[in-house]
Amino acid sequence: MIPLSWYMALAIILFCIGVCGFLTRRNVIVMFLSIELMLNGVNLNLVALSHFLDSMRGQAFTFFIITVAAAEAAIGLGIAIALYRSRRSVHVDTINLLKG
Amino acid sequence: MIQTAAVTWTALEPILPELLLIGIGVLLIGCDLFIPRQRQVLPWLTVVGCITALIMVLGARPVTAFAGMFLADGYAMVFKAICLAAVIMTSLISEPFWQTVGTRQGEYYSLLICSLVGMLLMASANDLMVLYLGLELMALPLYALVGLHKRDQRTSEAAVKYFLMGAFASALLLFGMSLLYGLTGTTEISRIAKMIAAMQLAANPALLAALGLLLAGLCFKVAVAPFHLWTPDVYEGAPTLVTALMSIGPKAAGFAIFGRVLFYGLPTLQSHWGPILAVLALLTMAVGNITALCQHSLKRMLAYSSIAHAGYALLGLLAGTEEGLAATLAYLVIYLFMNLGAFAVLILLATPGQCRESLDDCRGLATKHPVVAALMLIFLFSLTGIPPTGGFIGKFYLLKAAFAAGYPLTVVGAVIFSAISAFFYLRVVRLMYMCEADAPGLWQMNVTHGMRAVLGVCLAGVLGLGVFPGSFFGWIVAALAGN
Repeated sequence: MIPLSWYMALAIILFCIGVCGFLTRRNVIVMFLSIELMLNGVNLNLVALSHFLDSMRGQAFTFFIITVAAAEAAIGLGIAIALYRSRRSVHVDTINLLKG
Repeated sequence: MIQTAAVTWTALEPILPELLLIGIGVLLIGCDLFIPRQRQVLPWLTVVGCITALIMVLGARPVTAFAGMFLADGYAMVFKAICLAAVIMTSLISEPFWQTVGTRQGEYYSLLICSLVGMLLMASANDLMVLYLGLELMALPLYALVGLHKRDQRTSEAAVKYFLMGAFASALLLFGMSLLYGLTGTTEISRIAKMIAAMQLAANPALLAALGLLLAGLCFKVAVAPFHLWTPDVYEGAPTLVTALMSIGPKAAGFAIFGRVLFYGLPTLQSHWGPILAVLALLTMAVGNITALCQHSLKRMLAYSSIAHAGYALLGLLAGTEEGLAATLAYLVIYLFMNLGAFAVLILLATPGQCRESLDDCRGLATKHPVVAALMLIFLFSLTGIPPTGGFIGKFYLLKAAFAAGYPLTVVGAVIFSAISAFFYLRVVRLMYMCEADAPGLWQMNVTHGMRAVLGVCLAGVLGLGVFPGSFFGWIVAALAGN
């Protein structure tokens, strides 16, 4: 059986890849995908812990996170489309009307 | 391990206000869809529903429901009252605002109610799952509300910034929660506190990592420096009405989960989060107040001022005492009145086709509209913290609590930054009273009954809480102790 630490290490690696992607990428869609990667890291962590702790709470939590992530994706893509319609771009460097 | 229980309808009693509001939210969508000619019903339905929910919340007994997941205690009650009052007052001033802007958005009210239900859930959450669901239920409609004005380039920019930052903060918060769950084996906040004490986890590095991630996520949500960078842009780009709501309701709900997680969930780590929050609070006050000095837009200045006020409100939380928590709650109530009042005046200044948000637009307001200028003067005095307004009393309790808990340096910093803040608040007063208007007759104010009621309530709140603070503070302390 694979020990818990491997699962957690993978979860942390996924989460960190997500954080790096969010901080370095300049395209709104890719930044959003990076956030999804972070959430999947969290999900993996919760499911692995839930299995090893023999408690169902982690798995229930994971279902909620997946559901909310789907709703979040719908709203996020809607906002991205609204932005694209007004700017013809979803590049973060062009989103610079508000500053100061 | 798995227990089944029969569904009893009496178990739903503690969440009746939330259920009522969800019903109203669905009804609002239906009304907007099927009777589009009767749109004047929508704000009234919203206000009546929220007032009913407010009465139910204030009259409810303290209970624990859903196997400890949902807590309707005094702490939750005060936060719920703040959020409900914020939504009631924003919906009262909604109609003139949307008329001025020139769009009619039916979905606005249902989004407002959905977001409100999220805030109420956050205030009552005693489980990390409920807390997360409440947080997202609050945030998702808000992303849509910020981007409501689709043709304006600034609002879609604000919405995308808010969305990305909010989702990132949620992910950080969730990773902290998953670590906390792994260490304690439970997601229930009050049991987490017991497990940490029982298993002596206080010095565990994983727990400290969890604390760090939770703090980062929570600081994003309530806009505490150095995680405040989204705030000014989003507040400036969003429709003024949504900004007014965002600077009060979601901020109060954010403080509700902040207090619940730190004060009720991780009290054993107080020696860690107390000093961290002290530094963050100082940084927040510094950033908010000093950056506000060089703003030319009144709306952006109020955005920075709301960052600074989040710093003040942290002072009570970092003290880690019941007294400090009560001071934070009292401050948030006072902040509701003074900030909403200032934003209501800002909404009054707007004319069709022009948002009139810059500082120069206040020039000579006192000669044209002495009552409006006097109201703005009182709200700005309160935001500065000048007696006999509520802002002074709120800051006084906060500083007292932080001083008693042993953070004298933070208190000194808070007083200094508070003095600095007088410059930019009173600059607006100077422009209103001591400058001539550039072009006469520019203001055609659309003063409705709702606007009068909101300004009246805000004025009564700011002055009433400033002159008679004792019984109000006593009520909050009693509510906190009564759970």
